[in-house]
This record gives sequence, structure tokens and C-alpha cells, in this order.
Amino acid sequence: MVQQDFQRRMPEASRDLRKPMGVWQRIHIDVPLLLGLLALTAFGLIVLYSASGETKYYIQRQTVFISLGYVAMFTAAQFKMSFLQRWSPWFYLGGVGLLALVLIMGSGAKGAQRWLSIGGFRFQPSEVIKLAVPMMVASYLGVRVLPPSFKHIVVSLMIVGLPTVLILEQPDLGTSLLIAASGLIGLFFAGLRWRYILGAALLALMSAWPMWQFVLRDYQKQRILTMFNPEADKLGAGWNIIQSKTAIGSGGVYGKGWMNGTQSQLNFLPESHTDFIIAVLAEEFGLLGVLLLLLIYLFILGRGLLIAARAQSSFNRILAGCITFTFFVYIFVNIGMVTGLLPVVGVPLPLVSHGGTALVTLLTGFGLLMAISTERRKVSI
Amino acid sequence: MSEHLRFKDHYNEARIFFRRAIIVAALIVALIVVLIARLYTLQVVEYETYVTQSDRNRVQVQPLPPTRGLIYGRRGELLAENRPSYTLSIVKEQVGSLESSLRLLRQLVDISDDELEDFYKRLKRPKRRRRPYEPIPLRYLLGEEEIAKIAVNEYRLKGVVVEAQLVRYYPQQDLFAHNVGYVGRINERELKSLTPEEYALYNGTDSIGKIGLEKQYERLLLGDVGYQQVETNARGRVLRVLERTDPTPGQNLQLFLDAQLQRKAYAALGGRRGAVVAMEIETGGVLAMVSAPSYDPNLFVTGISYKNYRALNESPDLPLFNRAIQGGYPPGSTLKPMLALGGLEAKIIDEHYSVRDPGFYQLEGEERKYRDWKKRGHGHRIALKQAVAQSCDVYYYDLAFRMGIDRMHDFGDKFGLGERTGVDIPSERSGLWPSRKWKRAVRGLPWFPGDSLNMGIGQGFVLTTPLQLASMTATLASKGVHRQPRLVKKVGEQELSDKATKAVEASEKNWSLVMESMEEVVHGQRGTAKSIARKANFRMAGKTGTAQVVGIAQDAEYDSEALAERQRDHALFVGYAPAENPKIAVAVIVENGEKSSLAAKVAREIFDEYLLHGQLDNVEVGR
Repeated sequence: MVQQDFQRRMPEASRDLRKPMGVWQRIHIDVPLLLGLLALTAFGLIVLYSASGETKYYIQRQTVFISLGYVAMFTAAQFKMSFLQRWSPWFYLGGVGLLALVLIMGSGAKGAQRWLSIGGFRFQPSEVIKLAVPMMVASYLGVRVLPPSFKHIVVSLMIVGLPTVLILEQPDLGTSLLIAASGLIGLFFAGLRWRYILGAALLALMSAWPMWQFVLRDYQKQRILTMFNPEADKLGAGWNIIQSKTAIGSGGVYGKGWMNGTQSQLNFLPESHTDFIIAVLAEEFGLLGVLLLLLIYLFILGRGLLIAARAQSSFNRILAGCITFTFFVYIFVNIGMVTGLLPVVGVPLPLVSHGGTALVTLLTGFGLLMAISTERRKVSI
Repeated sequence: MSEHLRFKDHYNEARIFFRRAIIVAALIVALIVVLIARLYTLQVVEYETYVTQSDRNRVQVQPLPPTRGLIYGRRGELLAENRPSYTLSIVKEQVGSLESSLRLLRQLVDISDDELEDFYKRLKRPKRRRRPYEPIPLRYLLGEEEIAKIAVNEYRLKGVVVEAQLVRYYPQQDLFAHNVGYVGRINERELKSLTPEEYALYNGTDSIGKIGLEKQYERLLLGDVGYQQVETNARGRVLRVLERTDPTPGQNLQLFLDAQLQRKAYAALGGRRGAVVAMEIETGGVLAMVSAPSYDPNLFVTGISYKNYRALNESPDLPLFNRAIQGGYPPGSTLKPMLALGGLEAKIIDEHYSVRDPGFYQLEGEERKYRDWKKRGHGHRIALKQAVAQSCDVYYYDLAFRMGIDRMHDFGDKFGLGERTGVDIPSERSGLWPSRKWKRAVRGLPWFPGDSLNMGIGQGFVLTTPLQLASMTATLASKGVHRQPRLVKKVGEQELSDKATKAVEASEKNWSLVMESMEEVVHGQRGTAKSIARKANFRMAGKTGTAQVVGIAQDAEYDSEALAERQRDHALFVGYAPAENPKIAVAVIVENGEKSSLAAKVAREIFDEYLLHGQLDNVEVGR
């Protein structure tokens, strides 16, 4: 089925070959990316300290998570891409299996089943699948002739669809959206033809009504309704959005100063240390603070795309693209929901919000990016 | 299949990817611009709106503390109430500069360094997480003038509030400190000991019962906390109430304690150290329970100053010590009627059995002389009645020797000696009613006959609390029916029932013998308490006692004169009245009172008050 690769020499590749390998490349660290991530996590800790009510508890936990995350990142960076490509299907199947297990025997918080305990160790399998889906898509499409044919598109959609549906069942709208996005962008990077894209867009518009009617849960509908009219339910569902908008708005350009945000310090803001942490940042550091954060994010995103564009194989490119774009989806959905642009779907602000598993997954993803960026160039024909 | 014929063109794929990556990059930039635009709208364009919203309108959940239950005396006198009191507090969120506000406040009202320190403690290390805009107390119990001064300067004092709170007040001052107890500010240890459900109850309440009934009945007195959801303005002033769950006030308690009787008893002690317990025989209700000296419980309610506390704690008179239930005193001769009954029941003695009293008693083959309190003795033929009336020690040495420790111990047991009475206030002590087993275990020695002799006159190892003595006397007066002493008569509208048991079985004849002999103590020609029988138009029964000082908690330093005073014997009296139809039982201890008649006089005053003035029907609590 798979054709023998037909290699063509690429101009940059041969140029790179002449350079001796540096120390950073030997230990598989992409320095600009690492600097960006360090800046981001440090900034995040400062905001978290204020958001958690000046208590050391969350800071200590978060520091442990961040350290674990960097260890995971460093470890992931050491993998050979060919090895990852080969093992992707198994990783994916394992992840899907765990998701199925969650539905059967998982435990949850606030009425949702998301956690799995194995030997006293609790984790969310949906985090594992966040990496497994892009890897599977990339590894599937990476060996096909691109742009993908209709059959390959259908298979890819199934690869993405299965875990998405399983997570929707938990139910966790935010994560399933993230996973769908991370897989579908892989198709886009692979060169999905525009006619399919336009067709899908049309189909999505048409299916909106039945989705609303039959698929979405009541509380999910409630969130969407609340987004459009938060004033309707001031103390209930709209509370979070009103309070976060108030926090952000009252921060102004310069902010109220670190640890001086009245909204966040006075517990008006719910979940101020997790999903709504950007509101604390915006209240205390103002628009300038948020711009600084966005700047760091943009730098990381730019570096990610650059790594993707310079990668050597389709698998590497698509995987790097997927990881980078997923990171952006996190940012956009989180800030969008906190500022009242999008419904509240429970997506953390990446690498800033308190929370262990998401942090480790994200940094592991960046570890893969580093593996891609520091891979030894193949000698071309 | 056409695709099989296609080759994988890496260069082309990289090109496709590159184009797509540029599209994605553009999309990312575009969407981030959208976010920035949104933030710009919120933070710059609509800034004013949100600042106003953030400053002015806030929705808060405020706890509504319940009103603590009141405590009434038997005749409806208020023993514990709640009075409005003004507290100066600071809302940290509103105060501009804390330092300058405090400086200004200290010029206006009197704020001690201690209070300032406490304030900083509350500010820096809150016992529980503060709610937004929760005022932090700085000074309690503001006077009218101080409130006025703050009001005049209000414009300079942003974030300073004067709040009216209900604060516990004990109108009878020191009269009931030991039994009603007091509430005080809840401390860290108490907070930790609360379950989460209990913890929630103390939202909005910062005091908790510390001792006495206030502690014992804490849960009932406290009530249940309520909540209200309010909208407040920037100054924390409530604009409107959105939702409200009313608190449930605590239950009122009505006690058996009679303020008039208590006052009389306290006065009758005449400033001496001592304790008085009076019990209603029919119910076991404690009518009076005095431990002197006492202290003003109001000092503790909003936090006692270190100086005041030290003074109380280090006073050699031990005002904080509740002698009535914690003081272990040798009962002396007050045990004799009970032991006589034991002897009669064991058929060791009878009505006519008599001893010769030369003024001392000797065990066979022992040199040691066990002395009678009367040097020359009580004469030749001392039988039961006179042995009680004149408190002949030799008669009881003989009785104790022949009865032996085991029978004495078992009989005393039935009267509840050596164990807590189970009265409904905490920290009661059990006293000591010795046995062979006890001596072996604690002292590591066998029981000697001499120990029995000492026990026979209520000395030696025996320790009793005044409440135990009163309870024993009540049991004697009701011919063996034991009723657990209790202070609380009614909780809310509900009358509590008594716990009565037939504790002691004895023949009618023996009961009569003992009770007649006790009457003889007061009304007999040679009775040791005959001085109190004068001008009495009812008959009393009782038993005097003196007890050698064994030193209860004498840890302070005294000068020699005071030491001498404190070496004197304690004066005791137990009794009941009227003799033919006992209604009230009393136990009195006057520390270092020397003469037992002193204690008997106190008892007489209580009998008078209760039987002549105080026997009005129990008045319903009126409100």
C-alpha cells in the first residue's frame, strides 16, 4: 500500500547539515521555546499567588506540577520521532481504552465522570488522549499521499470522532472541543481541500438545530444561553461571567496592583485560581498585563509554528502543527469565555491556571515539539 | 485506484504545509486581535461602568447570628441576658491608610496596646477565612461619648464602623459566675474541635460557652444561624436584602437556682471563703450553689485583660475555683449520721449500744491515742442519739473499727461518695471515698485499722465536695431516695424530669433513729448546733463538722499571719428542714471557719429564706 518514499533534497536541510550539533541540540532542548515557557510559567505563578488568596498551598502544589511538567517535557524531547510514529496507534488505542474505562468505573466531581484511580493515583484519561489524538492523526496522515483523499479523510474523522464522543459522554464539552480541534487541524495542515472545508462548514450550520435539540445537555445549553444574556440570572449561571467581566473591566489599563484586585481578593470571583485566573491578571495588572501575557503566548505559538514548518517529515509537521494550534485553542477558548465572548466550557488558561494534569500534558506536548525541532537532519539523497 | 499511482511528494507536502501554517498563523493573529479588542472594550471603553460595578454594587451572603438563649432563675430572675453593645470595627477593604486611621482613632477613643495587638492578630492571621467587607473588631464596649466622637469625625474615618452587637451580660455579676459560667471569644482550639456542621453554626458568632451552664448547654443556648443575601454599596452599607433565612434563637433555660437564696447564702458567708449548696429534696434541683469568693463573669465576655486575669488567677483565695463541685474537703463529722445508719443496718450497734468516752480511743496493743474533739470526753454512757448530737468521736472510732473499711466503703458508696454526682455543669470532681483496693493501688500500702478510725470521723483520706455532701444529706432526708442534682429545670417550655433511684434500703426504725438524732443536733439540749434553733418556728435536722486542713491547692506564698489563719479547721454543716417533712437539704463549708456553728448559721439563714419567704410557687418565666 505505502509507496517507497521519494525523497527530494531540501535547500535548508543541506545547509543545516554543515553545522555541528550544539549542546542544546544534543540534549534536545529548543532554547527559544524553553525561554518562552519559563517566562510564562513564572508569570503564571505570580498571578496564581494573588488569585489563591496569598496562600502558599496552591503555589507549592503548582510548583511541584510545573517541575513535574518540565521533567515530562525533557523526557518527551528525548524520543526519536520514528519511534513515536510507530507507537502512536498503540498509544491512541490505550487512551481510548482508558476513556471507555472512565465511563464504566470513573469517579467525578460536580456531576461529571472524568477521573480514573489506579493504585491510589488519580488522573484524567482525557489528558492522555489530548496528545494521543494529534499523534494518531499525524501518524496516519503522515504516511499517506497528501492532500488526503476522501477515504483518508473519513478514517481521520473516525480517529478524531471516537474519543470526542467518549469525552462528550463524561460529559466534558470543553475537553471534547479541544480534542476535536486538535485532530481536525491535523487534517487542515495535511492539506485538506477547500471544497471539503466549505462543505463541512455548511453541514455544521445545518446541523446546529438538531445538535441543540438532541445532543447538548441542559447545563451546556444553559451555559450558551447565559453567555448571550448573563444578566438574566445574576446569582446563578450568570454570576461567573458578570463577576469576571467586572473584574477585568475594573482593572483598566494599568490594573489595581498585584494582590489588590478587589473582585478576586474578596472572593467575588469564582474559581479564581483555575479557569478564571485571567480575570485576576486583568484586574490586578490591567490591559498591559494581559498584553504582556498574550505577547508571551504569541512568541510560543510563533516558535511552535516555525518548528512545524521546518520539520522534516509530514508526521513531524502535522504533529507540531496540531500541538501548537491546540495550545492556541486553549488560550482563545479560555480568554474568550472569561471575557464573555464564548460560553463557559471549562478550559484552563494553559500553563497559568492551577491544575496538575493539564500542565503536565501541555509541557509534554512542548517536549514533543522540542524533539521535532532538535531532530538530527536526515542525510538526503 | 488512482491514489495508488500517486507518489508521496515530500517537497510538495512541505509546501502545502507551509501555506497552511501561514493561514493558521494569520488566523491565530486575527483571533488574538479579537481578544485584545474585547479586552480593550472591557478595560478601556467600558472601564467606568465596571469600576462602578466593582465599587458599588456587591452581592454578599451575610450570616445572621442567632440570639443566645436567656437563663432565668427559679423565680424568673434574669441570670444571663444579651445586651446591645457597640463595637468599633475596621473594614480593611475600605480604609485608605490603615496606619493613619488607627492613629486618628487612638486620639479619639481609648485603645490600649493590647487591643491594638489583638486587632493586628485578627487582621493578619484570621481564624477563618474572612468574608469580603467583613469588619474586624478593634474596640468593644464603646461608651456613648466615644460613639459621639467617632460620629463627628466620620468624614475622616473611611472604613471605620461602629456596630451594635448583642453581647452576653450577667446582671447578677459575681453571684452565679461558678454555675451559670460565662461565654468568651471562641479560640483556635475550640474552632478546631468543631465538626464542619458545628463550624458553620458559628458564622457570625464569635463567642462560645466556656464554663458552667453556658458550656454544658452550649448547643441549646446557641440556636441556629441564618443567612441573608444582600446588595451593599461601596461602604458596605446594605442597600437591599435579596434573600433571607431567619436564624433560630437559642433556647431559654430556667434553673432551680433562686437568686434571692443565692444572694442570702453568699451574704451569710460574710466574705469568708467557702461553699454552700442547697437542694430541693423533692426534685434534686439545686436551689443555691455558692462558691466564695467569686468574680464578675462579665469580665470574660469580650476578653479579659491580662492584668485582670492574672489578679484572679494568682489570688490565694482562688476565686476562679468552683469550691462547690471541685473542692475536695474532708467531711469531718458530717459523715456521722450516714455511718450510724450503716452501723445500725449492719447490726453493729443499736439504739441502746453505748461506749465509754474518756476523751480518747486506743486500739488494742497500740500506744497511739485517737483523741476526741472534747478533751475530757463525753462521759460514760454515750449511746447513738447523743453520739450524733454531741458528735462524740470515740463512739465513731469504735463503730468504724468494728464495722471495718469494706462495709463502711460499700455503705458510703450508696450515697454517691467518691463519684461525680452528674450535676449538669462541667468540671465536677469526684472527691475520694477510700477502699482497700484504692489504697493498695495508689499508695501501695495495705489498709490499717487506724485508717478506718480516721475515716469514721470523716478525716484521713476522705474527700468530698460540698455538692456531694448536699446530695448525701438529701438522700438521708428522703429516706434513701437519691435524686441526681441538677440546675436546669426547663429548657424552653419543656420541663426536665428528675432521675430518682431508691439508693439506700434501711428499716423504718433505723431511718427514724438517725433522723431523730440529727434533729437532736439542732434542737437537743447538748446539740452541737443548738445555737441556730433559737426563734425558729420550724424544726431542723443536721450535723456539724470540723475538718483539719489538708491544704487544697495551696501553691501561693503567704505571709505567716495569713498562713496561721489558713491552718485553722474548716467549719462544716449539713442539714435539712423542716425535720418532719424535709423540703430542702443544705451543705455548708466555711474554710478555716474553725467553729462549726459558723457554718450552721449560714444553713439557718438559708432555711429561713427558703421556708419563710422563698416557698412561693415557682414563678413562670415571664416575657
